[in-house]
Amino acid sequence: MGQKTALYDRHCTAGARLVDFGGWDMPIQYTSLIEEHNAVRQHAGVFDVSHMTIVDVAGDDAEPWLRWMLANDVARLGQPGQALYTAMLNDTGGVIDDLIVYRLRNGYRLVVNCATREKDLAWLQGHIESHQATLSERPELAILAVQGPKALKIVDDILRSRGEPELADAVQSLKPFTAAESDQWLVARTGYTGENGVEIILPESQAPELWDALLAAGVRPIGLGARDTLRLEAGMNLYGHEMDESVSPLSANMGWTIALKPEDRDFVGRSAVALHADQLTDGSLPVLAGLVMTERGVLREGMRVVCTLEDGSTADGITTSGTFSPTLKHAIALARIPTGTTQCAVEIRGRLVPVRTVKPGFVRHGKQIFD
Amino acid sequence: MSDFPDELKYAATHEWVRVEEDGSVTIGISDHAQELLGDIVFIELPEEGATVSAKDEMSVVESVKAASDIYAPISGEVIAVNEDLTDAPETVNADPYGEGWICRILPSNPAELEELLDANTYAGMCE
Repeated sequence: MGQKTALYDRHCTAGARLVDFGGWDMPIQYTSLIEEHNAVRQHAGVFDVSHMTIVDVAGDDAEPWLRWMLANDVARLGQPGQALYTAMLNDTGGVIDDLIVYRLRNGYRLVVNCATREKDLAWLQGHIESHQATLSERPELAILAVQGPKALKIVDDILRSRGEPELADAVQSLKPFTAAESDQWLVARTGYTGENGVEIILPESQAPELWDALLAAGVRPIGLGARDTLRLEAGMNLYGHEMDESVSPLSANMGWTIALKPEDRDFVGRSAVALHADQLTDGSLPVLAGLVMTERGVLREGMRVVCTLEDGSTADGITTSGTFSPTLKHAIALARIPTGTTQCAVEIRGRLVPVRTVKPGFVRHGKQIFD
Repeated sequence: MSDFPDELKYAATHEWVRVEEDGSVTIGISDHAQELLGDIVFIELPEEGATVSAKDEMSVVESVKAASDIYAPISGEVIAVNEDLTDAPETVNADPYGEGWICRILPSNPAELEELLDANTYAGMCE
């Protein structure tokens, strides 16, 4: 038996099929993956993502230390309530993890992947050295992601009926990648679906009550199966698939998260990533692309992609994630392919099937976003 | 709970077999298999007229989550395939033992039927 979140009993009651996910018993689906996926695209769904690891960073040196540890620049977080997505790199510019960092009223909060928890904590702890910074893991907090076109309205109603009009007002005016803090609650306009919505961090003792209120308001529980198809339609990375310690963030469509300015800010992996940037320019570093296959069949992770380059030669790429897109009703994938690829075909059971390449990202707000 | 009709025989690889009056056999995947796969979105059917050997891959069923090979539970000639599944693969989820059948085979060695599992044994295996 694995670890259980505060909502374990609720998952069982909702008919979840549970699987081991990084040592946690988590719902893979409740009814049908496609129905759950569509509920988030068309209405609203709630995900229990309490298995993710929350680490608070405090101390006088929290800011300079995080500017050194993370490839994006926390100095961009001008005030409490702002957040950014960032990679944490190793010295050779490989991705140790991807995470969201929030600036709180007192310090910073990192939300990192559960599968990388131990190595992340060891890496962070091992780099504190003489900095005045302290790490506190927050296992007593739960995380509920409420996502979908109706999510914000429903959360607003629930906060008001809980007697939290100020938090409700704050949530209503939140821009993407900002958060409102109240007591032990943090409500952030972040998510992993390509829809509007919030991620709510709250004491786990209060999570079942919020879960019940959301379900009573017509929000559907969504399992990890649909979480994966939703993030893939949105073109979002999943650690261990699009990137890991052997992959440059520039080969994982994460160039926008690497803050090379100001130039005098050094960070772990900076010199290696600067070298990767040169390799990207000279065409020797692969890039992440979206693949669209309208023929029958399904693209999966780890398939060989035969890429035709501008000079007519061919080279191999590889799919990093693939699925049937419930919204588009055909297969999509993310793939690492050579720079300068003009045409692609994917090998499926010994057969080469032509696919289109697009920017990574297929669906936003329920609609196809590529031409 | 999955359904395991008594009148069918089963392969350990989750196919079911029904012996028809004319000696041919109808083949599909079990209720348990369709539950595990989840929403089925694509089926690569065997070719009508093809000769298959028992335990050979003859077809592929793909759900959103995974691709799963379907193995011939018995040797013989494929005499019919369920073309309706091409446009409505979800029928296998809705009615795995009925409208969701995959193909019919004319067995070349009916003795192979004896090697298949009865409903109780197969259900026990799926627990």
